[in-house]
Amino acid sequence: MSVFVHKSSRVIIQGFTGQHATFHAEESMQNGTTVVGGVTPGKGGQEHLGLPVFDTVHQAVAETGADVSGIFVPPPFAADAIMESLEAGIGVIVVIADGIPVQDMVRVKRYAVDKNAIIIGPNTPGIITPDACKVGIMPSHIYTPGRIGVVSRSGTLNYEAVQQMSEYGMGQTTSVGIGGDPVNGTDFVTVLRAFEEDPETEAVIMIGEIGGQQEVEAARWAKENMSKPVVGFVAGVSAPPGRRMGHAGAIISGEADTANAKMDLMEELGVHVVRNPALIGETAKRVFS
Amino acid sequence: MNIHEYQTKELLRGYGVPVPEGRVAHNVDNAATIAEALGGERWVVKAQIHAGGRGKGGGVKVASSLDDVKQFTDAMIGSNLVTPQTGEAGRMVQRVLVEQACNINKEYYLGMVIDRATQRITMIGSASGGMNIEEVAKTDPDRVIREAVDPAIGLAGFQSRKIAAKMGFRGKQIGEAAKIMQALYRCFRDKDALLAEINPLADIDDGKLMALDAKMSFDSNAMYRRPSITELRDFDEEDSKEVEASGHGLNYIALDGNVGCIVNGAGLAMATMDAISFHDGKPANFLDVGGGASPEKVGNAFRIVLQDPNVKAILVNIFAGINRCDWIAEGLVQAMRDQDIKVPIVVRLAGTNVEKGAPILKDSGFPFIMADNLDDAATKVVAALEGTS
Repeated sequence: MSVFVHKSSRVIIQGFTGQHATFHAEESMQNGTTVVGGVTPGKGGQEHLGLPVFDTVHQAVAETGADVSGIFVPPPFAADAIMESLEAGIGVIVVIADGIPVQDMVRVKRYAVDKNAIIIGPNTPGIITPDACKVGIMPSHIYTPGRIGVVSRSGTLNYEAVQQMSEYGMGQTTSVGIGGDPVNGTDFVTVLRAFEEDPETEAVIMIGEIGGQQEVEAARWAKENMSKPVVGFVAGVSAPPGRRMGHAGAIISGEADTANAKMDLMEELGVHVVRNPALIGETAKRVFS
Repeated sequence: MNIHEYQTKELLRGYGVPVPEGRVAHNVDNAATIAEALGGERWVVKAQIHAGGRGKGGGVKVASSLDDVKQFTDAMIGSNLVTPQTGEAGRMVQRVLVEQACNINKEYYLGMVIDRATQRITMIGSASGGMNIEEVAKTDPDRVIREAVDPAIGLAGFQSRKIAAKMGFRGKQIGEAAKIMQALYRCFRDKDALLAEINPLADIDDGKLMALDAKMSFDSNAMYRRPSITELRDFDEEDSKEVEASGHGLNYIALDGNVGCIVNGAGLAMATMDAISFHDGKPANFLDVGGGASPEKVGNAFRIVLQDPNVKAILVNIFAGINRCDWIAEGLVQAMRDQDIKVPIVVRLAGTNVEKGAPILKDSGFPFIMADNLDDAATKVVAALEGTS
């Protein structure tokens, strides 16, 4: 199996007719993803990439039986698009937008409380189960099917880890980018739990960064609940306190937020910590074999 | 995005938070006129810079005469104020806030943040005002009160009274403190703030509560819908290279090492800095060229990185997803042609169109040092550094 998105997933794209959405929808279809349509308000009834366009997510779900949505609308409209998907009963919502106001996400999280959906992102490259389903903007060709689950806050660092894995002949069950924002849809614990429950995933690589405590909470959860080994890295050892390193969530605001403090704690909790980001693949190979 | 204390107080006054009477002055005469108009016998002169710890650096003075006001203003304006938060270089003071002084009976702390743990706006109160709240949280966590706000309800009246009572307020001060919390919450929500602090919230003279110092910062992603806050931005308080970079769609942060970094993606940029540090090099900057990096963007990245005279070598690390390695390579070659670049440049390309990008660099005739992977790149750039010193 895989987590969250599978060969059987039926994907719609919100903001379907936009340039980026079109490019990435096409790329994911070429790589095995079942895209069943899209939503662009005002363009309902048209066809795009040979697929139906709907005015609302509600209509799209009713007509196509979609259960996954990729949100490609610009940041100012993204929160509303997420809530529209939640209301329509979509189970997995992937939010690519980078730059959603934090308070918008606070409201979205409140709206999501009783909806039983997984929100991936925002500010994420997305999620991919290689050769089966990709919802996002990552280059499909670097991923290969395999037995390792990958979860990261950063996008390009996810690519980096995946390429290092390829050098050592390791592929992925699913790779999840949870995003670089301080208030995001899904935390590390949720993804670790899914990997633990997935019979095909044998081990997990978890890549965090400075800011917040969720890597440590995930390590604590893993110690108590996981049977599968976890290799971990936290980016930003050389980042100064008080400066936002690109991601809205990547800022050291207290001593426990630093990369080294988090990696020390993760190590104590049994995670196989890599201190040099260039050795993620090598360490995974050593630990997992 | 940060704003000045006088701007924060003006904003909060509009929401009903009691703040001292005062105005901002740009020169000595201005300051004296303001003090005279305010009346009274004592005034506070406060340097306006975007950094805390001003009192420790001599940026907050109590004046007992108009001459004092003039003297303090004269000493502050045009000087470089060094505080624990500014670094050694300090920050140039361009204006001071002149306020009526008051007698303080007791100081409290009131703050509001977006808490990552609860993923909600959270009010923070403490009876230990005037101090660094992080210190208090560490040494005496029981003295820090937290209350998360349900975004569907807002800060409920009972919640603010609960916080007030826990902070130690009694009698009519409970209602007064609760009113201030409600005002702070409304302002925080309406203006898309990320942080608000009233420290100290002081019990003054006849038992009234007043915000003697206040600080707010705002979500730059939301400023498109908050023009009244956007116009408070003070570019003099920001690093000119960082402002220039953001104008080009680049995310640049100056650091104090000597290895310039040009990377795509924030996480990979941090990891690249870490890999350099792992090999005992010191990164000179964080720079994320972002997705869709054009040759022009790469050129601008070089220009900004090389404005830092400490840069002795550059590491370019691109893992192209939406980006394309051939565009990046063209940008690199163009930058070498356009700019007088003397430092060694190590390049690592991976991902989309890497097979087209590498030959462009090789055929250019410029002495790019090619690296196969992240470890190779970090090793080579640190070695190149040794060659230059």
